[in-house]
Amino acid sequence: MFENFMAWIDKRLPVTEAWNKHVGQYPAPKNFNFWYFFGSLAMLVLVNQIVTGIWLTMNYEPSGDGAFASVEYIMRDVDYGWLLRYMHSTGASAFFIVVYLHMFRGLMYGSYQKPRELLWIFGMLIFLVLMAEAFMGYLLPWGNMSYWGAQVIISLFGAIPVIGDDLTTWIRGDYVISGATLNRFFALHVIALPLVLVVLVFLHILALHEVGSNNPEGTDIKKPKGSIPESEQSPFKYHESYTKKYDIVDAVPFHPYYSVKDIMGVVGFLLLFCWVMFFAPEGGGYFLEAPNFEPANALKTPEHIVPVWYFGPFYTILRVIPDKLLGMLGMFAAIGMLFALPWFDRGTVRSIRYRSKWHLLNLTQFAICFVILGILGTMPASDLANLIGRIATLGYFGFFIALWFYSKNEDTKPVPERMS
Amino acid sequence: MSNAPVNNGRRRFLTVATSVVGGAGVVGAAVPFIASWNPSAKAKAAGAPVEVNISKIATGQLVRTNYRGKPIYIVRRSQDVIDALGGHEDQLNDPQSNEAQQPAYAQNQYRSIKPEYLVAEGVCTHLGCAPTYRKGDFAEQVEGVDYGFFCPCHGSKFDMAGRVFSGVPAPLNLVVPEHSFLDDNTLIIGVGKGDA
Ligand code: HEM
Repeated sequence: MFENFMAWIDKRLPVTEAWNKHVGQYPAPKNFNFWYFFGSLAMLVLVNQIVTGIWLTMNYEPSGDGAFASVEYIMRDVDYGWLLRYMHSTGASAFFIVVYLHMFRGLMYGSYQKPRELLWIFGMLIFLVLMAEAFMGYLLPWGNMSYWGAQVIISLFGAIPVIGDDLTTWIRGDYVISGATLNRFFALHVIALPLVLVVLVFLHILALHEVGSNNPEGTDIKKPKGSIPESEQSPFKYHESYTKKYDIVDAVPFHPYYSVKDIMGVVGFLLLFCWVMFFAPEGGGYFLEAPNFEPANALKTPEHIVPVWYFGPFYTILRVIPDKLLGMLGMFAAIGMLFALPWFDRGTVRSIRYRSKWHLLNLTQFAICFVILGILGTMPASDLANLIGRIATLGYFGFFIALWFYSKNEDTKPVPERMS
Repeated sequence: MSNAPVNNGRRRFLTVATSVVGGAGVVGAAVPFIASWNPSAKAKAAGAPVEVNISKIATGQLVRTNYRGKPIYIVRRSQDVIDALGGHEDQLNDPQSNEAQQPAYAQNQYRSIKPEYLVAEGVCTHLGCAPTYRKGDFAEQVEGVDYGFFCPCHGSKFDMAGRVFSGVPAPLNLVVPEHSFLDDNTLIIGVGKGDA
């Protein structure tokens, strides 16, 4: 009965074929570790954001007069409204935690290197859209930090010579941030950017499956056809689109091996997520900031305007550069460097396990600088903070510059052909 | 296809012509989508320049109006106040108004077009509170200066040209908006001198 049904479908749409190629007979390296949880977790959080977001729009009112009150209404009067909102707001922070760890995995194991440059670029585009999505979403509750945060970021564009002022007016749709701004951010946040995000994630996965996953060893599991004796090859059945061209070693099929592993990740993640959501939904003031519990007020600036934590690193870079235009350029350059990472790294050994001490040192200092920048971004500015921020900014950019120099002739260790 | 009779020159011409026409169409079609982001007629009307009749402002009086969501202070300064502006410049952050907090035509000692009339946004450059006008009792804040603006939120101090005193939280002078005089009795805010 089911077989007949699937046969009927497969004649009209290649469902079984797609399942086998991408899930059931997809060869994945057998040595995935903890760090490989975060891709599937990012997908989980994306689904969470979309579903809870749709439910929030059912009661949210996108207008300067109604937005703040409608969020209070969701929190107090709508059945389980508080849960849906906390799932969404905690989800936003969780998204960035997951994505930052996902990206760091890529740095550690050289997953951005050839042949995965395009996969990395799609990842970076996702990251960029995700930041825009979060920024616009943060205006929607129309709290005072929503308002002033948007004020600061939009006014950045005013630093662009000649067109700056007109550009900011165009973005706002008014001479000040107003209901017009709120409405367009709403439209972008709930429909335009999520569509783009979903398409990008789809392309990200397709690009991944075209080249195949990297792994903690940074080795290739696809060897040239005919180079590996049958007895040495991975004993599972893989889709012919892979076996036609390659001999597969050190692999397992994605399903059931990694589908089950990923369920473990999901359980662990949900445990932490629910703990935060139920016991600390404001994340200590880092996930939902205190000034946002008052409505937007154009005549009352919060004492310290600080962005939500996940923008911290880039906000600090903006702030410690004393010139407004240069600061903005520095902030965008910080993201641009990540885009260009596959070309800064001229090495061929991928994993940190087999690279030089210099690389270990460089990546460590980069991670530390990134965290410091993030922490400073959530604190008020001071002379000391600016000094530390400048040093960390140098460390951030220095990572890429240094990498470019030493990666050409790096003192690497021999990479084993096979996993033991 | 490969052995079909093909006129490559004509095909290339048609490809280019179609692309150009199609491209122009896309650009044209983009116009409404981009232009719809401009301030609407309603927003423009609400943000239109504001005319103020200044004939009834007494010497020393402060009059408030509103322009694009911001309170605007208009003060008619007495000759004594004008004369005193030069007396405390060593206590100011930016006595020459070098920071671009005013249009070029107001970058002078009075930070105004006519010395008699100060026009400034009543928005503290620290955190946006409204500074209060201290008429005669400002010396409690700055010794020897009788008139000034004092921000009740965090204690920032400004003189009668909106210039900030050093050592207070506000970093910059009060903003002087674009403004000009239509005639002796009418001030217009939002239209710069020479732009009308
Ligand atoms: C919505 C956000 C994202 C989703 C849903 C997502 C999803 C995935 C999934 C499911 C995988 C395979 C499983 C894994 O390796 O963990 C993956 C791999 C990868 N992703 Fe993402 N990703 C996202 C964002 C990003 C970002 C922002 C970057 C980097 C800029 C990135 C770079 C990569 C790389 C390099 C790989 C291959 C890693 C390897 O094979 O070692 N991804 N992604």
